[in-house]
Amino acid sequence: MALFQPGGTLDPQEFQMSDTTFHPDGVVTPIPVREILPWLIFGALMLLAIYFVGAEEGATAIVPGMYVHEWVHDSRHLLGFPCH
Amino acid sequence: MVRTLLIRGMLVGFLAGLLVFGFARVFGEPQVDRAIAFETAMDDARIKADAARGIHDAAEPELVSRPMQASYGLLTGVMVYGTAFGGLFALVFAFANGRLVALGPRAVSGLLGLLGFVAFYLVPNLKYPANPPSVGHPDTIGLRTELYVVMMALSIAAMVAAVMLCRRLAFRYGAWSAATIAAASYIAAVAVAAWALPAIDEVPGDFPAVVLWNFRTDSFGMQLLLWTTLGLGFGVLTGRADADRGRRSMRQISAAWR
Ligand SMILES: [Zn+2]
Repeated sequence: MALFQPGGTLDPQEFQMSDTTFHPDGVVTPIPVREILPWLIFGALMLLAIYFVGAEEGATAIVPGMYVHEWVHDSRHLLGFPCH
Repeated sequence: MVRTLLIRGMLVGFLAGLLVFGFARVFGEPQVDRAIAFETAMDDARIKADAARGIHDAAEPELVSRPMQASYGLLTGVMVYGTAFGGLFALVFAFANGRLVALGPRAVSGLLGLLGFVAFYLVPNLKYPANPPSVGHPDTIGLRTELYVVMMALSIAAMVAAVMLCRRLAFRYGAWSAATIAAASYIAAVAVAAWALPAIDEVPGDFPAVVLWNFRTDSFGMQLLLWTTLGLGFGVLTGRADADRGRRSMRQISAAWR
């Protein structure tokens, strides 16, 4: 079963013949890495957002006070982050 | 292309957040309330005991009321979390689609949802499970957060390594054997990590066991709902978008790797 992409060694006909049921959508050409890289800045923003829900004003704090902690408190517990 | 995926991911994450909020309102919040009732009873007993010894404890100021925490507060946290994970999911998908496995976008999306759930939530929470209010000691919040983050980072790193190992082994041993070896490697790696990291046991002896159990299964349910929605929802939208773009042959994909 040629589930994983070979390094160009596998006969493409053979793959299509035997494995049609495994890729009903059709496999797409990957997006070049250099095209993805600039968007990773948004990944950093996402991580910051998760930090605010999960740990701000708990173990560490960026904003002074306890308001952020108190506001997202229940979700912090229920999403599995350590709290009190 | 990446922009479209990112917006789509955040949109699916937002929808997932709404579902998770509904689930948390119905199942999670009653457990939080019971835990807080336990906490209040403990505090009252302590204040009474202190008063008997002539010590007067200052009452903690309430910044956000309980009804607000349980409604708009919960909604905010869950929506931000869901949308953010939707965005991260899309970025990982942008890299993984057409690269990791010779599967269509729907299957890649579903697979990422499953692996994400295992790596980001299931395994770290087997070591450091979710706790309702009043279970953790305030003095250890720094240590507990550090250990949780370390366990999660190790789990994610082990998952990335396992997927790369799987890809490599698949050329020689076939996909099924490769996946089996990779899964075993991941389990072995996270088991060693869980064994090496210190245990945290701060559950008060008289904390109701049923509340603790229910709280943890509800937390599990919320995450299962989130990752299932991300994996399947993102897959549905992306599969539909790609259907028009037509299929590409294996030869093109192989060429992309050279
Ligand atoms: Zn708390």
